[in-house]
Amino acid sequence: MTEAIIQVENLVKKFGDFTAVDGISFEVHPGEVVGYLGPNGSGKTTTIRILLGLLRPTAGRAQVLGFDVGREAESIRPLVGYMSQKAALYDELTVAENLTFYAGLYGLSTVQQRLRQREVLALVGLSDKQNERAGQISTGWRQRLALAIALVHQPRLLFLDEPTSGVDPAARRDFWDLIDELAQADTTVFVSTHFMDEAEYCSRLGIMSAGRLLAMDSPAALKRDVLPGPAWNLVVDRLIPAIEATEQIPGIAQVGLRGDHLHAITLAGQHSAESLQEALLDRGFAAQIEPAAPTLEDVFMTLAGRGGASKG
Amino acid sequence: MALLEASDLRKHFGALVAVDGLSLTVEPGEAYGLVGPDGAGKTTAMRLMVGALSLEGGAVRILGHDVTRHAEAARACIGYLPQRFSLYGELTVYENLIFFGSVRGMARQALDGRARELLGFVGLAGFEDRRASALSGGMKQKLGLACALIHRPRLLLLDEPTGGVDPLTRQDFWQLIIRLLGEGAGVVVSTPYMDEAVRCTRLGFMVAGRLLTAGSPRELMRPLAGRVLELAARPKGLARQVCRADPDVEDVAAFGERLHLRLRTAAPAVRGDLAPASGALERLPGVLTAAGVQVQELRHIAPSLEDAFIALLRGDA
Repeated sequence: MTEAIIQVENLVKKFGDFTAVDGISFEVHPGEVVGYLGPNGSGKTTTIRILLGLLRPTAGRAQVLGFDVGREAESIRPLVGYMSQKAALYDELTVAENLTFYAGLYGLSTVQQRLRQREVLALVGLSDKQNERAGQISTGWRQRLALAIALVHQPRLLFLDEPTSGVDPAARRDFWDLIDELAQADTTVFVSTHFMDEAEYCSRLGIMSAGRLLAMDSPAALKRDVLPGPAWNLVVDRLIPAIEATEQIPGIAQVGLRGDHLHAITLAGQHSAESLQEALLDRGFAAQIEPAAPTLEDVFMTLAGRGGASKG
Repeated sequence: MALLEASDLRKHFGALVAVDGLSLTVEPGEAYGLVGPDGAGKTTAMRLMVGALSLEGGAVRILGHDVTRHAEAARACIGYLPQRFSLYGELTVYENLIFFGSVRGMARQALDGRARELLGFVGLAGFEDRRASALSGGMKQKLGLACALIHRPRLLLLDEPTGGVDPLTRQDFWQLIIRLLGEGAGVVVSTPYMDEAVRCTRLGFMVAGRLLTAGSPRELMRPLAGRVLELAARPKGLARQVCRADPDVEDVAAFGERLHLRLRTAAPAVRGDLAPASGALERLPGVLTAAGVQVQELRHIAPSLEDAFIALLRGDA
């Protein structure tokens, strides 16, 4: 039996009439990088705040590192790291001083601090910048400093709430490489994001919509199990009429725009490239059909269903 | 005539150079994506293009009208949806549209018909009497778009219009954009999302106030064709070390349980899609196995726009 690092059962959080988290259950195991994907307002941050013991659940149960989030929040916080969308950095302090300040809050002794500081700065690649003021470094470097702060007390579990909002793609990829290294060293990571492409980096992924956890599995398993069949790229002119025509073809599960072409999911065993091409030709569209890799956006669309669109 | 011609735009705020010699044109039917991280200058560039900020250098022409000297004529052709668009929460959906139409100097009789047409177009018919404050995020976004379209602008500037909205709403929003393009409008849209950028007809990668490069999504990905491999192997840490040390591998990134490898280009004289580091696909499994790595799968995958952007940022492309 593996010990669960996070264990959530039928968790509910209401704010007045609004149900932010609507009966979710999941587990996170040691060394996993678990993503929590969903649009703004889907309940991601609320879940994290409950798991940090900052908000009391309305119903249900959550344990973090074996402690109950309602009754034993004080025991949880020293063992976990947290990095939020907007990190609280002191712009007038240097990189090293920011770290010293937070290390002090966690009660590290001066000697421990000095050792750990060096280690953490090296880990996040900030050793060369330790004497620069936090206010003077780029967004990507600030985000690494925020991560260093979340790691200074050597937490076993790290919560990252949309950690890469607004940083450039290269810094974003470096950041995920760092997360991967942490996971290899047995830190468990729980990370929220609304970037579909970023969710691909996670070993397991929960998909949130309107407070509900629609599915949780590895990206590959989600694509295999949630989608009703294979994905195709349809290269065609007159995109909007072509979408409408494609929707009418039997055996089509969903179709949408992807830049200069359409992307469709068909029901298993219903279509080949030739049959799709023929069906479109029957409807007046000359199309070039290529098998496509399914995406997490396909998964989200299938799970959330077109019914969600009318609600806007 | 081009809908938008921006040439050598410049703007700084104190010591910060926000826009540093930006040029772009938008033709009818084109969606031009400005892609870049926060602070790249996307919003400032848009505000310069609509004439909301004064230029320090360069010029903007909207359907031939200079945005500085003929501001009225230029602005009449522009619809602009800023990142934080303010609707009047106390007004209904219909009243918001009428208000923005009046501000644009439209006659009241013409307004009613146009407002109803737009509500149908953005999918808000039936919500005329709902107060804007009671709309969901996605609906607010659609109302914002309708307000920006009220005076039938030929050119639409959208500043991160789909930030944080769900994929279904995003899909609906893009279908509206494509319809507008089909009617001959032009669109400039800024976004930090690579999967959204790929929907544009042309893209500019913006960093530190400048365009690193511009082109269609396919053109931008072409330099990486055949150069991205996906590897599934155990243990991953060792596999990564071995790949990093390999002379054919330029970059290694972890993607969940898999690694993505970018191969170096072959001799510069070699052109064409599959020119890069030929043989790496056949050679690497042996190298990995010899180092004690268990290889499950190694295959070519299509490069993504993000791969292209990262290669440029690192100066490897």
